Amino acid sequence: MPIKFLTPSNAIELFKPDDSTPHPIALASEGISAGFPSPAEDHNEQKISLDKVLVKNKEATFYAKVSGQSMIGAGLDDGDLLIVDRSQNPEHNKIAVCFIDGEFTVKRLKVTTEGVFLIPENPKYDPIKVNEENHFQIWGIVTHVIKKV
Amino acid sequence: MFALVDCNNFYASCERVFQPQLHNKPVAILSNNDGCVIARSDEAKALGLPMGAPAFKYASFFKTHDVKVFSSNYPLYGDMSGRVMKILEQFTPDIEVYSIDEAFLQFKGYDDYDLSAYGLQIRKRVLKWTGIPTCVGLAPTKALAKIANKIARKYPKETQGVHCIDSEEKRIKALKWTPIEKVWGIGFRHSKRLKAMGVHTAADFVKLPDSWVKKHMAIVGLRLKKELLGETTLALEQQVNTKKAIATTRTFENELSDFKDVKERISTFAINCAEKLRTQKSVCTALYVFIKTNRFKKTIPYKSYATVLELPYPTNSSISLSKYAIKALSNIYKEKQYYKKAGVIVMGLTPHNNKQFMLFENENPKHQTLMQTIDQINKNYSTAKVKIGQQDIKRTWKMRQQHLSKKFTTNINDIITVKCQ
Repeated sequence: MPIKFLTPSNAIELFKPDDSTPHPIALASEGISAGFPSPAEDHNEQKISLDKVLVKNKEATFYAKVSGQSMIGAGLDDGDLLIVDRSQNPEHNKIAVCFIDGEFTVKRLKVTTEGVFLIPENPKYDPIKVNEENHFQIWGIVTHVIKKV
Repeated sequence: MFALVDCNNFYASCERVFQPQLHNKPVAILSNNDGCVIARSDEAKALGLPMGAPAFKYASFFKTHDVKVFSSNYPLYGDMSGRVMKILEQFTPDIEVYSIDEAFLQFKGYDDYDLSAYGLQIRKRVLKWTGIPTCVGLAPTKALAKIANKIARKYPKETQGVHCIDSEEKRIKALKWTPIEKVWGIGFRHSKRLKAMGVHTAADFVKLPDSWVKKHMAIVGLRLKKELLGETTLALEQQVNTKKAIATTRTFENELSDFKDVKERISTFAINCAEKLRTQKSVCTALYVFIKTNRFKKTIPYKSYATVLELPYPTNSSISLSKYAIKALSNIYKEKQYYKKAGVIVMGLTPHNNKQFMLFENENPKHQTLMQTIDQINKNYSTAKVKIGQQDIKRTWKMRQQHLSKKFTTNINDIITVKCQ
């Protein structure tokens, strides 16, 4: 092996460790023993994440809580948690969080030639026809409902 | 090409997303401790409510004009800002988050694109997904993109919130439209001097000879001139730059006079700075401590004391910073004064991993481990359970937030309620 002298051009370069982001390493929880290793260890998979299942678009997703029972027929009961995706388009038959005349409400949308209706899913309540005079905004589309049983 | 995307009246807009009844109403946001106005909706601006207006002076103004007033809700604004920036990243990988409510985007190789149409798409998506209105300014340089953004903001009907400076004609028109004091990077002092010389617009400014600009406004001024002429001199800064200084300052609800009371506050501020330093993995080499009396009291003359203390070794330990902050305070504290505001600013920040070791005096190495442990415990309990002895444990100093809205996006108990009635 040839002897090489250090010249300024190939002098030692110092590297700093990058500790800005942690790199978690999966822990072999079985520990290290001399016996037969767990055959499952090579088949470690990620855990199920409800976030991933329920939230398709993180940036546009918000949560809301139901108060009242006008949507009971659609499975939305008092106290349920709603997952609301603002990126989805408001379409006929979708369940939407709307802001109408100073209040948030949730109803099924009915879009007809006669206009937009907010349809409750409980015979005790009447549909609402959205008029010009209403201060009305479709805030987001409900994609999932989470309830305690 | 660059784009500057700026959220319109960002704080007020965040409040409106979750309280749509505030649309078309004057909205004002107050600083920490409800001190003064730091953000206004267009309607509040139209009423003549100035930026920085002290809240207590304007209490009757708010009432007369039915201005909806809010304490600053940073958890909400921070979360909404994060969402907006993530959406912007979908349009280009080259993005510089310039502040909580604005970002520069760079478009390389988009020559065949209709960028104005792209700008409209950006605006539309951010508005639909988050509810935050924005304006988009497009131009060949960052300084011109800033101006284009201002034009889009000023003429929403004509521009649909998007303005693109894509021709010489448009560039010259934009420069003539921009008063010198509104040019990005030209401060109050420079604009005063320039106006005295007859330089009233950005168009006048670019006519100044290079030599004059360089002599009086240094290389920064020259770069700005080139930028305004359409030549790129400012690149996109994508690196997250660690802050140069960190400050914790507060206005007290009640005035403090006793040394032990002021000491407790200063110690807490220093510890707060130390925590921020540790989060960004930095150490500081100097600290600045100030105390001020009430500026608005006409009966007693206004007093303000401040000092800088150089530290014997670089540190981010709560114990050390608290100790030296108190030392600094005892150098400036005067008895029989009523202090209304105080603060600690840590300076000379360097990354923790290239910390310089001192020959004679170094920090007790145990501090490092102790701080890590304290941070971990406090993180687990999500409040400061472990405090330093200088801090008052019984007394809980709370920020004055009388008009705080809910943490709609970051706390499950604060999410919006939808009525099913």
